[in-house]
Amino acid sequence: MNTLRHARYVLGENPVTALAFAGFFVLVLCAVFGPALAPYDPLASDTAQALTGPSAAHWFGTDQLGRDIFSRIVVAARLDLGIAVFSVALAFGVGALLGLAAGYYGGWIDRVVGRSVDTIMAFPLFVLAMGIVAALGNSVANIVFATAIINLPIYARLARAEANVRRHAGFVEAARLCGNSEARIVLAQLLPNIMPLMMVQVSLTLGYAILNAAGLSFIGLGVRPPTPEWGIMVAEGASFIVSGEWWVAFFPGIVLMAAVFCFNLMGDGLRDMVDPRRRT
Amino acid sequence: MLLLRRLATALPSIAGVIIVTFLLTRALPGDPAAYFAGPAATTQAIDEIRHQLGLDRSLPVQFLDYLGQLARGDLGTSLSTGQPVLAELLTRLPASAELTLLGLVLSVVIAVPLGIAAAMRPGAPVDHFCRVVTTAGVSLPTFFTGLLLVYVFYYLMGIAPAPLGRLDVFSSAPPHWTGFYLIDSLLARDLPTFGAALAQLVLPAATLAIFSLAPLARITRASMLAALGSEFVRTARASGLSRRRIVYVYAFRNAVLPVITTLGMVFSFLLGANVLVEKVFAWPGVGSYAVEALIASDYAPVQGFVLTMALLYVLLNLGIDLVYGLVDPRVRLEA
Repeated sequence: MNTLRHARYVLGENPVTALAFAGFFVLVLCAVFGPALAPYDPLASDTAQALTGPSAAHWFGTDQLGRDIFSRIVVAARLDLGIAVFSVALAFGVGALLGLAAGYYGGWIDRVVGRSVDTIMAFPLFVLAMGIVAALGNSVANIVFATAIINLPIYARLARAEANVRRHAGFVEAARLCGNSEARIVLAQLLPNIMPLMMVQVSLTLGYAILNAAGLSFIGLGVRPPTPEWGIMVAEGASFIVSGEWWVAFFPGIVLMAAVFCFNLMGDGLRDMVDPRRRT
Repeated sequence: MLLLRRLATALPSIAGVIIVTFLLTRALPGDPAAYFAGPAATTQAIDEIRHQLGLDRSLPVQFLDYLGQLARGDLGTSLSTGQPVLAELLTRLPASAELTLLGLVLSVVIAVPLGIAAAMRPGAPVDHFCRVVTTAGVSLPTFFTGLLLVYVFYYLMGIAPAPLGRLDVFSSAPPHWTGFYLIDSLLARDLPTFGAALAQLVLPAATLAIFSLAPLARITRASMLAALGSEFVRTARASGLSRRRIVYVYAFRNAVLPVITTLGMVFSFLLGANVLVEKVFAWPGVGSYAVEALIASDYAPVQGFVLTMALLYVLLNLGIDLVYGLVDPRVRLEA
């Protein structure tokens, strides 16, 4: 209850964050009900209507095959958000467990986890994602996997640092005295304790994950045409930019940008709620 | 001595990078032998190729082979062009390096003064502007910014050249000394070529700069704020030093350290974003080479590209460490 009131206070204080949450809500709506909301079939081509600019019938215009761009963008939300959510969930789950174990137990686990994370960080991350997708095969599942790997270090490091600070905290000692097993202490005491900080990170990395996945499909990895996806739609529209048909690339690009912007603002807002001292 | 010790700290990263690249090439699902043999090959032919490639040996032996190949500078051969990967990467590297460096310089030149200005007047318009720029900057997909710039400056205003590589069709490449067209054309005293190369560079470099500006401006603002609020600045102010001296000598020199650290992250962004920007602007660099190979399922160039970029990144971080030591004497003492 107290948290809710605090959340409402922060949202009222910072309308930008409220706006970001509203944007997030719209995105989720599109992702869940996308096909039902779209006015046209996202795959139906109509060559008589090819490359027409935005109009009342086609809000965002049509592409080179006469497909309605607005419908394609709405339907694509599910795939784009899905890739981002799954990859962040994977990175969160594995990273948090590894980081918690490393920070709580220390010793060789800490060294192995630390060294592995450092090795991932030794690569330029987008380049590593390209390499992973190239090696594992060009599919959407591998995009999710690659995005998860490059996001893993953030979670592992954060969880490690936070667990390390708390390993001798009062509540941990108390749980130990009550006879909890080590695994139970980590999962039932430490994990909930660092959850708020991790959630802030989730919001920030979701934006990064969407950007990364869209970048990979922009260069032709993962998603294949005619599947609607924001990155590939920008790539398809790229060749029409120089001849003036701006809407083909512009609308998917601007929606992609708005989605990432939402997640970043939400992350900043969540951080304000979780830790007022870190307000910027 | 210091240099050697720093080099030693980079060794584990280099080892890690080589192991990961090796695992990416060999140990993951998919049979390279069947792939190299082609779709029509018999089982016997595949086995033969597997033997030729050394894929029937144990993983550690394969790893040693791989190290040997690396030591000889052998990154394999591209299937689609038939050229050795290393040679192709080396001929294309200057194009990418010129673009990335110009993008970096542009972003530092804009981000650092912006961050300082924002920190000196918190809450003023310049501070809000800085906040908008940093939040928007990290949200912009690089490939989208690039396309927008092309649309506005090439299609609408007609002041930028077509986004098709390093030179327009009327110019010819300057004589090859450094591979950087800007430098080579100046050395050859060929001003028209210099102008043409610069015109082609402006939009892609600006795209990279817009993308990498955000983290730099944000950290400059934060660390300048911290430095300006510190006690040594208060003391300097109480001693009657000029405002200029306080800001640029006392505060900035301390504030610049986190900025240098952030450069490492910025390089990671830049080397990735470079791939996307090169695709948008048809830039003949290593990134577009890797993308073309990826589309053609030609893996040797991709692996070579990943390895080269990772090694480059480790070296850049090493360089950043060294610069850090130069700027901050305390780091040298601790080392």
